[in-house]
Amino acid sequence: MSHHIIQANNLKYTYPDGRQALNGVTFQIQHGESVGIVGANGAGKSTLLMHLVGILFPDEGEISVGEVPVIKKTLPVIRQSVGMVFQDPDDQLFMTTVYDDVAFGPRNYKLPEGEVEKRVKSSLETVGILHLMDRPPYKLSGGEKRAAAIATVLAMKPDILVMDEPSSALDPKSRRRLITLLKRFTHTKIIASHDLDMVLELCERTIILNNGQIITDGTTLDILANEELMEKCGLEMPLGLQGCPVCGAKKAT
Amino acid sequence: MSNMIASLYNIRLLDELAEKRTIIHNIHPLIKVLTTCVYLIVVVSFNKYELSGLLPLVFYPVIIIALADIPIVPLLKRMLVVAPFIIGIGLFNPLFDHSPMVVLPWIQISGGWISFFSILLKGVLTILAALVLIATTGMTRIAAALGMMRVPRVFILQLLLTYRYISVLIEEVGRTVRAYSLRSRGEKGIRFSDWGSLTGQLLIRTLERAQRVYHSMCCRGFAGDYNVGSEKRIQIGDILYFTGWGLYFVVIRYFNIPAAIGSLITGV
Ligand SMILES: Nc1ncnc2c1ncn2[C@@H]1O[C@H](COP(=O)(O)OP(=O)(O)OP(=O)(O)O)[C@@H](O)[C@H]1O
Ligand SMILES: [Mg+2]
Repeated sequence: MSHHIIQANNLKYTYPDGRQALNGVTFQIQHGESVGIVGANGAGKSTLLMHLVGILFPDEGEISVGEVPVIKKTLPVIRQSVGMVFQDPDDQLFMTTVYDDVAFGPRNYKLPEGEVEKRVKSSLETVGILHLMDRPPYKLSGGEKRAAAIATVLAMKPDILVMDEPSSALDPKSRRRLITLLKRFTHTKIIASHDLDMVLELCERTIILNNGQIITDGTTLDILANEELMEKCGLEMPLGLQGCPVCGAKKAT
Repeated sequence: MSNMIASLYNIRLLDELAEKRTIIHNIHPLIKVLTTCVYLIVVVSFNKYELSGLLPLVFYPVIIIALADIPIVPLLKRMLVVAPFIIGIGLFNPLFDHSPMVVLPWIQISGGWISFFSILLKGVLTILAALVLIATTGMTRIAAALGMMRVPRVFILQLLLTYRYISVLIEEVGRTVRAYSLRSRGEKGIRFSDWGSLTGQLLIRTLERAQRVYHSMCCRGFAGDYNVGSEKRIQIGDILYFTGWGLYFVVIRYFNIPAAIGSLITGV
């Protein structure tokens, strides 16, 4: 597992109620790449990410992480190397204090308590909520919860970071902090987001999903600057690439 | 309506209390669980006419509540929820059991009433002891203590997840009720015709949410053990705590102290 290549091959998934959420998704992500996954609401982004950590299993096709297929039997190995931040932070916080919540993962891997404390404090510090350490998570604001949820995953020191809309509900400063932090994270990152400016800043590669299918897969700058393509997928060019709304000057790209 | 939501959200109060730092909170979880077990056994072992013998057992929860700085009102509110059941169990005793019993030399009451009150007292004491244990220890640490007592993992996990599920359920109830009340033009309560769809919704939503929570636990390496971090060693103080209460309970079990004092005073 030294090279964490992620390989998805013709993934198909239909929810039990008959809604087909993935319809033949194929891609390969090399070690150290950072990939943005964008697409309109209901495009299948969350569904795809859930396949990466084995919460859902494809009806057809297969997916593997570092040559290990994602199946029930390999989940412990997979989950040790892939850390996932869920779309809804409430799902990720379930202990009585923020500290315990962040410590939950490292403790499961039986790390010595000193090491656990170090990891918890440094992850809370990175997301900027060290001062909330002793608060119960369900009493935090939406953005604080989001930050705590990200910290829970950082404390696991994953090789691959999978995030479902990490910047939603964050205030500009926390969003900036998150982007800076993610830039420093040199392992593989996969980020599903509607925050296209963040995708532009963080990911050199972008995959556009629409109705459970990959529409394009290529260099972020090329894709996000393609107005026609973006329009077609129900998206909009990131502000950073649009003309200045005041003086009308086109931004140089 | 907002009142109801506020009290629903209070469900986690016990968890929050458990994070306090008092003498009682600092006692080793295993010791507290064991002490509570002994207490429960002693309370239950009294027969139904031994009302006066039970009285000294009231001191245990009272002292712990005082030392652990637990607010009494929320605790009593939680007791009220179970009170109807206890009363229901004992209700018919006074009707059917008229045998006269001597409480103190100058007072006679029918055996039915005595057994009614002793059931009531036993119920209150056992529930109070359990609540106090949770409020001073916390569910996760209780689970760890049960693990040390070699209780099978399946049961412990069941206990923990059920406990989590209750708060998930109640939070969903809170959200649903709030969303409903915002759109129901100030009506009080929930219209009967909407009950069916609301409860159905709730069930599905909580199940899904519980599942997502469980998934996120698994994603972080959860394999059936709740780890609560540094395990404290059992210390001299803990052992003293246990033997102290243990002795007290045993003495109360075998000597009816209130009766002894009563007879001392009346000189019989
Ligand atoms: N639990 C579920 N049961 C049935 N259908 C579902 C379920 N979850 C999602 N879907 C459907 O699957 C499709 C893909 O959903 P998904 O959550 O992956 O979208 P998404 O791209 O993450 O959208 P968003 O940007 O809104 O988060 C949607 O059409 C949705 O209605
Ligand atoms: Mg989504």
